[in-house]
Amino acid sequence: MQDQAKKFFASLGLDTRLLGMIGALVVIWIVFGIATDGRFLSPRNFFNVSVQTASVAVMATGMVFVIVTRHIDLSVGSMLGFIGMTVAALQVQWLPQIVGLGHWSIWIIAVFAAILMGAVLGAFQGWIIGYLTVPAFIVTLGGFLIYRGAMWWVTKGQTQAPLDPTFRLLGGGAEGTLGETLSWIFGIIAAVVAVAVMLMSRRRKADHGFVVKPVWAEAIMVGLAAGLIIAFVWIMNSYPIPKGAMKRMTEARGIEYTEDLVWNHGVAIPVLILLVVTVVMTVIATRTRFGRYVYATGGNPEAAELSGINTRWLTVKIFALMGALTGIASIIASARLNAVDVGLGTLDELRVIAAAVIGGTALSGGFGTIYGAVIGALIMQSLQSGMASVGVDAPLQNIVVGFVLVFAVWVDIVYRRKTGA
Amino acid sequence: MDKKTPLVEMKDIHISFGGIKAVDHVSVDLYPGEVVGLLGHNGAGKSTLIKILSGAYKADGGEIWINGEKATINNPRDARKYNIETIYQTLALADNLDSASNLFLGRELVTPLGMVDDDAMEAETRKIMGRLNPNFEKFSAPVSALSGGQRQSVAIARAVYFNAKILIMDEPTAALGPHETQMVSELIQQLKAEGIGIFLISHDIHDVMELCDRASVMKNGKLVGTVDVDSVTDDDLLGMIILGKHPHEKAEAEG
Ligand SMILES: Nc1ncnc2c1ncn2[C@@H]1O[C@H](COP(=O)(O)OP(=O)(O)OP(=O)(O)O)[C@@H](O)[C@H]1O
Ligand SMILES: [Mg+2]
Repeated sequence: MQDQAKKFFASLGLDTRLLGMIGALVVIWIVFGIATDGRFLSPRNFFNVSVQTASVAVMATGMVFVIVTRHIDLSVGSMLGFIGMTVAALQVQWLPQIVGLGHWSIWIIAVFAAILMGAVLGAFQGWIIGYLTVPAFIVTLGGFLIYRGAMWWVTKGQTQAPLDPTFRLLGGGAEGTLGETLSWIFGIIAAVVAVAVMLMSRRRKADHGFVVKPVWAEAIMVGLAAGLIIAFVWIMNSYPIPKGAMKRMTEARGIEYTEDLVWNHGVAIPVLILLVVTVVMTVIATRTRFGRYVYATGGNPEAAELSGINTRWLTVKIFALMGALTGIASIIASARLNAVDVGLGTLDELRVIAAAVIGGTALSGGFGTIYGAVIGALIMQSLQSGMASVGVDAPLQNIVVGFVLVFAVWVDIVYRRKTGA
Repeated sequence: MDKKTPLVEMKDIHISFGGIKAVDHVSVDLYPGEVVGLLGHNGAGKSTLIKILSGAYKADGGEIWINGEKATINNPRDARKYNIETIYQTLALADNLDSASNLFLGRELVTPLGMVDDDAMEAETRKIMGRLNPNFEKFSAPVSALSGGQRQSVAIARAVYFNAKILIMDEPTAALGPHETQMVSELIQQLKAEGIGIFLISHDIHDVMELCDRASVMKNGKLVGTVDVDSVTDDDLLGMIILGKHPHEKAEAEG
């Protein structure tokens, strides 16, 4: 029986680690679903969890590269706060004086500024780590303190609010979504692309004369991918926008509001950003030279160097990328809250590292996947949201998450030992 | 000996680590289509010497000339530009990657869009491994899952795939079985016939006597001497390695 199941999953080409993570996620959802009489499994909750996961998950994809190359980045939470505060001040205080309050370009400038600032700060840290060979732990620990302090100096500790209205859409909320129609279009296009990519890869392999999956297995995988995407869109499209927001939105669009007019949320913009980041980072990890060098350097830095890879410059690029992603995460986090106070991003570095590690990234280097880190972030957020919804208070939540982290890594170690990976 | 320009001349190379003079003013050379054996006890400085040629270390002093021109080799990328390929004693494989990724590491095949083309690389790897180690089948496994000999085959495949002009082999057959060793010997003969120059580091005197044209012997970082293999006996070579004693007959002067 067990052998049969193993064979079945092997011919599907699914690795057991991925199955394990998805299994854990499903168990968490079912347990909290039961404990909340189904509230946890409502479209509303899935929508909220997806939005709350986005910021940490975006950073976790970058943390995979950092940890794969045997480094660590403790600065991302503080950096997120520093960038968030700077960009908020840009929108609230500085830009209105230059281009005028409410100018259309404010959000665009703010977005570019956030990403650029992250990339520059990250590159600088990476340069110290790669070229001056100060350990990443120390450099980013320094960054952790420096950015949190610098954040205060930007506005002398003043909270910045409200943010630019267009910028705010990047954080989700009733308006910050694709809306029903666009969500369906997005879902269908994504499903078609996913199926096309899978079939093309199969054709290429067959052309080279390699063994490919049996047709039935391929069909199941293709169906699963397309089905998951459509199911996700369907769930997001089943969460009606609450009355208050409906009134606001209909008014803005010049439509008369009536009681039986129902619009659904659809896919939230931060979640869309996360999906795009996940796809791009996966392509970088698996299909570009840069990604290949990241893993090679993580597996054997000396071999990478002897193969002509400039590992110092690689380190700069990895930390610059981590910084740019922190910039994106900072946009999402500050836009969602519509305000930035000096606490923004506190403890995020630990959530990000935990997400990557729960997702199967090995601290010893060389192993880790982007999708794993995203699922790791989703597991963590599901746990926290679930506990909050059954009334577990914050200190106990932290205790549980702490235990889960250690447990997950232990399971991972046992798994690796068994599979010899 | 000046029939033509040497492929490689390493002149008066020296390097020390801390206080240890790992390579102490050594000069060796290599002609096209020639195999030069590098011999010496453990820690004699053989690997260090060739790592200077392959760009892994930068010499404290001395010169490298390639095809009669002075060469600057500051890193492994520079060495590859001179068509120098190396099989390192430690193999230098990324254990977490599969054999194709290792074979093409730093020189990946890409699609027109610039994406890494794993399928094409695997196909090429299957071809070359078919020549070197026909029993090899674990193409999608990370090299950590391979046996010592299989790993060595991957390292050899990587060095010969890219049309090296100068090939450095640091104990290439240490982990290989008799059949695979035989195949490497044949490969060396074949590459030699193609005009490639090979530095072969080995502890096996018989191998050296069979495959090499000349042998350079090192002891404690110093060059004992370079001899024509045909003009010496096994015992002469052993004497050079163990006692650092130059055989009385035909020996090249050494600076
Ligand atoms: N990176 C290094 N740092 C410090 N010392 C080194 C380093 N590499 C080599 N050495 C020293 O240099 C000397 C020569 O070492 P090398 O590896 O060249 O020897 P070898 O002739 O290749 O020996 P073997 O036959 O054991 O491979 C040794 O004393 C070694 O300890
Ligand atoms: Mg050696």
